[in-house]
Amino acid sequence: MEKVLFGYLAFAILASALLVVLSRHAVKAVLWGLVMFLHQAVLFLTLQAEFLAAIQILVYAGAVLVLFLFVIYLINLREELKWPKFLATYPLAFLVIFFFLVLAGAGISGFTPAPAKGILSTQALLSRGHARLLGEHLFREHILAFEAAGVLLLVAVLGAVVLVRRIREEER
Amino acid sequence: MEGILKAVLPGLILVGEALVLLVVALLHVAYTTYAERKVIGRMQQRLGPNRVGPRGLLQPIADVLKLLTKEDIVPLGAEKGLFYLAPFISLVAGATSLAVIPVWEKFVLANVNVGLLVVLALSSLSSYGVILSGWASNSRYAFLGGLRASAQVVSYEVAMALSLVGVILLAGSMNLAEIVKAQAASPFKVYAIPQIVGFFVFMVSAIAETNRVPFDLPEAETELVAGYFVEYSGIRFGLFYLAEYFGMVVMSAVAVTCFLGGWSGPFEVPGLPFFWFLLKLYALLFLYIWVRATLPRYRYDQLMGLGWKILIPLSLLNILITGLIKLWV
Repeated sequence: MEKVLFGYLAFAILASALLVVLSRHAVKAVLWGLVMFLHQAVLFLTLQAEFLAAIQILVYAGAVLVLFLFVIYLINLREELKWPKFLATYPLAFLVIFFFLVLAGAGISGFTPAPAKGILSTQALLSRGHARLLGEHLFREHILAFEAAGVLLLVAVLGAVVLVRRIREEER
Repeated sequence: MEGILKAVLPGLILVGEALVLLVVALLHVAYTTYAERKVIGRMQQRLGPNRVGPRGLLQPIADVLKLLTKEDIVPLGAEKGLFYLAPFISLVAGATSLAVIPVWEKFVLANVNVGLLVVLALSSLSSYGVILSGWASNSRYAFLGGLRASAQVVSYEVAMALSLVGVILLAGSMNLAEIVKAQAASPFKVYAIPQIVGFFVFMVSAIAETNRVPFDLPEAETELVAGYFVEYSGIRFGLFYLAEYFGMVVMSAVAVTCFLGGWSGPFEVPGLPFFWFLLKLYALLFLYIWVRATLPRYRYDQLMGLGWKILIPLSLLNILITGLIKLWV
């Protein structure tokens, strides 16, 4: 039963991910992305990671993709739609895919499940729940990485604001 | 035979409970529309519905019948699949949250550990209905409504989620039933008193999240005719209407659970364990209606200003103070 479910989820995630890339229509591409995120959330659920599943839907499906849709609505897509291909160098992508496949093959053949590390053991997860453990892990051991990621995102936001500012000043 | 029965029974009970919950919720939604018209009528010095049945009590049923028998029109050039899908997304995502809400101690359909996150996730998904319907209708009014809705929902979702963090901190759990129990054990019995700021932010952003007056800019009649569902007719329009009221009921139920102590009350009412839950729910629904009858609509920049400059900083401050209190007391 679990294997059937996993097979379906893997197939659905791959198919919808492909459809995201192959859709000629930007809005539909985003919607296929939504389908993919929902399947990913179910995949997390099959791994008993309900916290991650909820966060996945809340952040990616609920906020990030809504913003994507918002941006797509704001720009005029008619011109891009007529372009035959977005990039002339797309055959190179196949080369990259080939190397990725080789890497993935090497990775999978040498795969051993990692032992429980630090406070993240199965017993602790069962007795104290994901949210608490993840929180403790994130804010104690990985606080530096967490803060660095926050600062990076802040820089990105500031950059976006600066870019928009400049365009407005030129218009005047 | 008995073995099969034993294996199937839990599933059957679950289906039965789900059906009961759905029917009760649908009745509540139907009569919320009636209550809204009646209350607003009274507040505006008129009678409200009073022709269908005694005191107009059958009006919601007449409305549903009317919507069901109306012609279903799909505008030319509409994106058909999405046009059909949008009202369903809105309604399903809005109504599914009911499954994790504890009506009383022994009636929770799905007692999930991250119940609060499930509610937030589903309410953020329900915005897709609005956004997609606006785009798929191939109409300018609807499109503008959809645009407004996406920006509004994303901004107020942040405030709403942050306002609930204080509750999570105090209760030490995201399980809604645990939150109610933690509240009953806390000195004030309800979190609405220590979390008054969070409660305020939550109620304001819940109104914005359900696109109700004074934040109903996605469907502002004076500017956008009816906003995102202009092009919908018959029962498809009805589904949107239903989704809005389901959203109201769900948001009020979450507020009751997280801030007002859920099913617990000053004394036990014999035979009616969910009495206090329903009483608090009706009070909050009345608040929704009252606000609609009282306040004028916000301008769009005022709406965004309120969300980003007042509500989000307030809820962040609330988290900080709650954290400090939790640390030192």
